Amino acid sequence: MAADIWVVADQWQGRLTDITFEALALGREVADALKVPLEAVLLGHGCASLAEELGCADVVISVEHPALAEPVPETHAQALAELARQRQPRAILIPATNTTWGANTLLAALLDVPGVNFAVDLKAVDGALEARCVLYGGKIEVRVQPRKEPVVIGLWPGARPADQGRSERKPCIEQASVSLAAEPKVRLKRYIEPEAGEVDLTRQDILIAVGRGIQSKDNLELAEELAQALGGEICGSRPVVDQGWLPLSRQIGKSGLTVKPKLYLALGISGAPEHVEGMKDSAMIVAVNTDPHAPIFNIAHYGVVADALELAPALAEAVRARKG
Amino acid sequence: MNLVVLMRMVPDVVEELEIASDQKSLDQEALRLIVSESDDHALEEALLLKERHGGAVTVVAPEAPEAAELLYTAAAKGADRVIQLRGIQRGLGVAAMAEACAAALSAIPGLLPADLVLTGTQSIEDLDGLVAPLVARRLGWPYLGVVTAVSDVSNGAVIVVKEFQAGYRGEFQVSLPAVLGVQAAEKPPRYVPVAKVRAAMKATKIEEFEAPQPAPEPLQELAIVALAKPEAAGHAEMLEGSVEDVAGKLCELLAERGLL
Amino acid sequence: MHQAAPAVATATYDITLENLFEYPEGRRILTCIQCGMCAGTCPYGEVMDYPPRRIINMLRAGELEKVFASESLLSCVACYACMAKCPRGIRLTEVLLPLVKEQVFINLPETPSELQKALENTLRYGNPFGESSRKRAAWVKTAGVPIRILSEDPRPVDVLWFVECQNSYHPRGQEISRATARLFHALGIDFAILGNEEKCAGECARLLGETGLFDTLMDYNMAVFAKYKFNRIVTSGAHAYDAFIYQYPERGFRYPVEQTTPFLGRYVDKLRPLLTRKLPYVVTYHDACCLGRHNGFYEEPRALLKAIPGVRLVEMVHNRLNSICCGGGGGGMWLDTYYKAKGYERLSERRVKEAIATGADVLAVSCPYEISRFEDALKVLGYDHKMVVRDVTELLAEAMEA
Repeated sequence: MAADIWVVADQWQGRLTDITFEALALGREVADALKVPLEAVLLGHGCASLAEELGCADVVISVEHPALAEPVPETHAQALAELARQRQPRAILIPATNTTWGANTLLAALLDVPGVNFAVDLKAVDGALEARCVLYGGKIEVRVQPRKEPVVIGLWPGARPADQGRSERKPCIEQASVSLAAEPKVRLKRYIEPEAGEVDLTRQDILIAVGRGIQSKDNLELAEELAQALGGEICGSRPVVDQGWLPLSRQIGKSGLTVKPKLYLALGISGAPEHVEGMKDSAMIVAVNTDPHAPIFNIAHYGVVADALELAPALAEAVRARKG
Repeated sequence: MNLVVLMRMVPDVVEELEIASDQKSLDQEALRLIVSESDDHALEEALLLKERHGGAVTVVAPEAPEAAELLYTAAAKGADRVIQLRGIQRGLGVAAMAEACAAALSAIPGLLPADLVLTGTQSIEDLDGLVAPLVARRLGWPYLGVVTAVSDVSNGAVIVVKEFQAGYRGEFQVSLPAVLGVQAAEKPPRYVPVAKVRAAMKATKIEEFEAPQPAPEPLQELAIVALAKPEAAGHAEMLEGSVEDVAGKLCELLAERGLL
Repeated sequence: MHQAAPAVATATYDITLENLFEYPEGRRILTCIQCGMCAGTCPYGEVMDYPPRRIINMLRAGELEKVFASESLLSCVACYACMAKCPRGIRLTEVLLPLVKEQVFINLPETPSELQKALENTLRYGNPFGESSRKRAAWVKTAGVPIRILSEDPRPVDVLWFVECQNSYHPRGQEISRATARLFHALGIDFAILGNEEKCAGECARLLGETGLFDTLMDYNMAVFAKYKFNRIVTSGAHAYDAFIYQYPERGFRYPVEQTTPFLGRYVDKLRPLLTRKLPYVVTYHDACCLGRHNGFYEEPRALLKAIPGVRLVEMVHNRLNSICCGGGGGGMWLDTYYKAKGYERLSERRVKEAIATGADVLAVSCPYEISRFEDALKVLGYDHKMVVRDVTELLAEAMEA
C-alpha cells in the first residue's frame, strides 16, 4: 500500500494558482518528514503542459478527460476518488478555493474517510499526521489527527509561501485515466466577468479597506477622504459589498481580489480568514478595530484599538497637514 | 417549487469563546448560539424563489437552544412548514450531523420529493466537512456551493450563479433535484417585525421529528488533539494614545516608507 | 417632588387603529381643524408626504392605507413638536403617530439596512450596537468610584440607576456615565445598576413602529425589576424615561422615575458648594425633546449650568418649546444613511449651526443620543475646533474636580 502525500493542483483561467504552490511547499515538508513521495494530481482537459510547473512534487499524476474541462467540484471529486482507490495515498491536500469548494468533502465521503476543513498547517507528529485548523471566524484553532487514512485535507491559503513550492525541477509525469459519467448534472455555461471597475486595485500602492466596523454606507466618505489624502483607493471586505455599499469589483478576499499593496489600511475589519487571504502579503498592514482581540491584529504590522470612524478623519487631517 | 432549507445554530462569535478545561471542546457555559449566517441567506434565497415561482418552503433545523426561535422567525418570514429534528447532537464538526439530517430529510413524511435543498455554503464550525455536499451525496443529488443567485427554473434544471475569485462568477446549469450551498442571497436576509414572530409563535406548529437512529457520534473519524486560541505568529505593534497621537505616529511610519 | 406616572399612561397602551374612537384621545383626533401647525413645525416637514394634518385627512376619508404605503413617515423623529404646537391638544406623537408608523414599518418593501441591524441587535443583545450583553457594565471598571451591580450584590437600594445603551457602550456615553457616577457618589446617593442584566428600554423601537420589539423588552425589563428591591429609578436615557412614565405602567410599573438631569436639578443647592473649579465657558443648552417639550423640564438643566462658576449661558434662537430635535429619535439614530441617500439635511447639522451662531464654546446636552450626533455634525461642518459638546453631568463633574 502506497503512503504518498498528494497535492491536487488548483487552476484558474488556464494557470496554476498560488495556493497550489503553497500546498506543494507544505506537502513537500510532510512527505520528507515521513520519507514518502510527494505526488501532484493534475486534472483537466488540454492542460497537461501545466505538469511541468509542478516539479516540487516527485511525480505528477496527469489526468485528461473532457468532463474535467469544467470546474465542477463533484466531477473532480469523482475522478480523485477513482485514482485514490487505485493508488491509496496517505493524505490528499486540496486547496480550498471557491473553484474547488465542496470537492474535499465529497471526496472524503466517496472514500468513506475523514475530511478536514480550514486547515492552515499539516505535520507529522511521531509518524502520525496532524492538521491545524482555524475555525469560528479565526478565533479558535483546533489540532486534529485522523483516525483513518487516507485523510482529505481542505487547505486554506497562506500555509507556506508560494515560492517555496515552485521548482525548476522537471517532475516525473504519469498519465492516468478515469471513467466519468457522460452527462454531468452540473455544467458550467459561462463565466461572468466582473463589472469593469474604473480602477485596477491590484496595481494600487495604497489601499484603504473598510469592513463592518464602518457601520453604514454614509461613513464610506470618511474612508474616501482618507484615501484621497493618501493618494490611494478604497476597497472592502465581503459584508460591505453584500450590503451594497461598495461594488463587487472592490471586494478583497476569497471571492474577490488578492492584493499586495505597499500599504493596506484596514478600517473596522475583524480579520476573518476569507478576507485575510486576499491581503496578507501586503507590505505594510495597519489595522484599526475597536476589538483588541480582533484576529486582524495577528497579521497586521501595526494596530490601533480605536473607532475607525474617529481615526480616519484624524489621520486624513494629519496627512493633509503634512503634505502641506 | 418545493424548497427545503436546512438551517443550524452555531456559536455566536460576538460573545467571547472559551475553551473547556479538557481543551477538546468549547466551554458551553460561555456559549450563545445564533443562526449560521449563510443559512439565513439560504432561507432568504428560498423565500425569493417562492415569491417568483410559487410553491412552498419548508425549514428543517436540528434541535438546539434557541432553534425554536429560528423556526418561528422563519415561519414569520414566510416559511410554510417548520420542522425540528430531535436526536442529533450539535457541536464541533458537522459530518455526522449532516448525514443524520440527510437521512431525516428522506424520512420526513411529505417532505420529498423537493426541487431544491438549500443550506449555507459553510459555517464557522465545519471542521470535518461541509453540510451541503454531504446531504447531496446522501440523497444522490447534484451539488454546487458558493451560490449567489438561482434563476431560470425550466426543463428539470435550474441556472445557478457561483462565485469564483477576483470578482468573477460562473453561470451553471444544475439538474433538479439538487442541493445548493448558498454564499449570499440575491438580497440581504429580510427583516421581520417582532410582532410577526410573536404571532407566529402562537399560530405556527413546529413539527418534531426524531432523526433515524442510531444518532451518529460527532467527530468519530478525527481525534481532537487540542483547541487553542490562535497564538499569532506575530502580532501587530500596537499604537497607543489619542486618535491625534496615533495619526501623527502613522504619518511618521508612512513617511519613513516613502508613502507620504 | 418625584414625577409620578400620569393618569393617562395606561389609557394609551391599549389604543389601536380599530378601537381609536372609543377613547377620548382618539376622538380628539377628529377635532383637527387642519390648521397645518404640525406640518409647519415638523423639522422634516418639507419632505413629509403625510404630516399629521394629512394623516388625519386620510383617516377621515377612510384612506389610511395610502399613508401606510408611504415611506416618508420613516423620517418622523418623534420629537413631539407637532403635538406641542397643536392648538387642539391632539396627542399626535403619543397616540396617532405610533399607530400609523407601526403600519408603515410593516409595509416597508425593504428595511434600511442600518436600521435593520440596530433592531436585530437590540432584540438579540439588548443594545443596538450588537455588542455582547456581557460587556454592558465594562465601563464600571474605570469609573473611579464604587458602583454596585445588583446581580452581584442584591441588597435593597434606594435608587436603581438605569444607565441605558448609549451610555453603557458608546465611548462618549461611557464618559458621561463615569461623570454621573462621580456626581451620585459625591451627593451620597445610595444607588446601584443592573449591569449586564440591563437591556434597552425600547422606546425608540416603539416610536418607529416596532411595537413587538418594545413589548419584548418591556416584559424582560419588568421581570428584571421584579428581582430586586429599590425605591425609585433614575435613568440617563431621556427616551427610557418616557417609556417608564408612559408605557411601562401598563405592565404594573409603579416606581417613581426621573431622568438624570432633573434629578440632579433637585440637588442643585447641595451641588453648588462642590463645584469649586471655575469653568469659564460660554454655554448654550440644547433642550432634549423628551425632557423639554414632552415633559416640561426646561429650567432644571439651566439651573445646574448656572450653578457652575464661570459659566455664562446663552440661548439658541430655537429653545425650550421650540427646540429643534437632534434627529435621533423614532429610529432616526439609525437612518442617517437613508436620509443622506434621499438628500435630507441632517437635523443635527441644522441645530449645530444655530449653536455656533450663539458664539458659545460649549453645546450642553442631556439626552444620550445628542452627544455623538452633535459631535459628528461639528466635525462634518468643520466647527469642531470652535465648539465642544458636553453632557450637563460632564460639566458638573468637571467643575467638581479640584
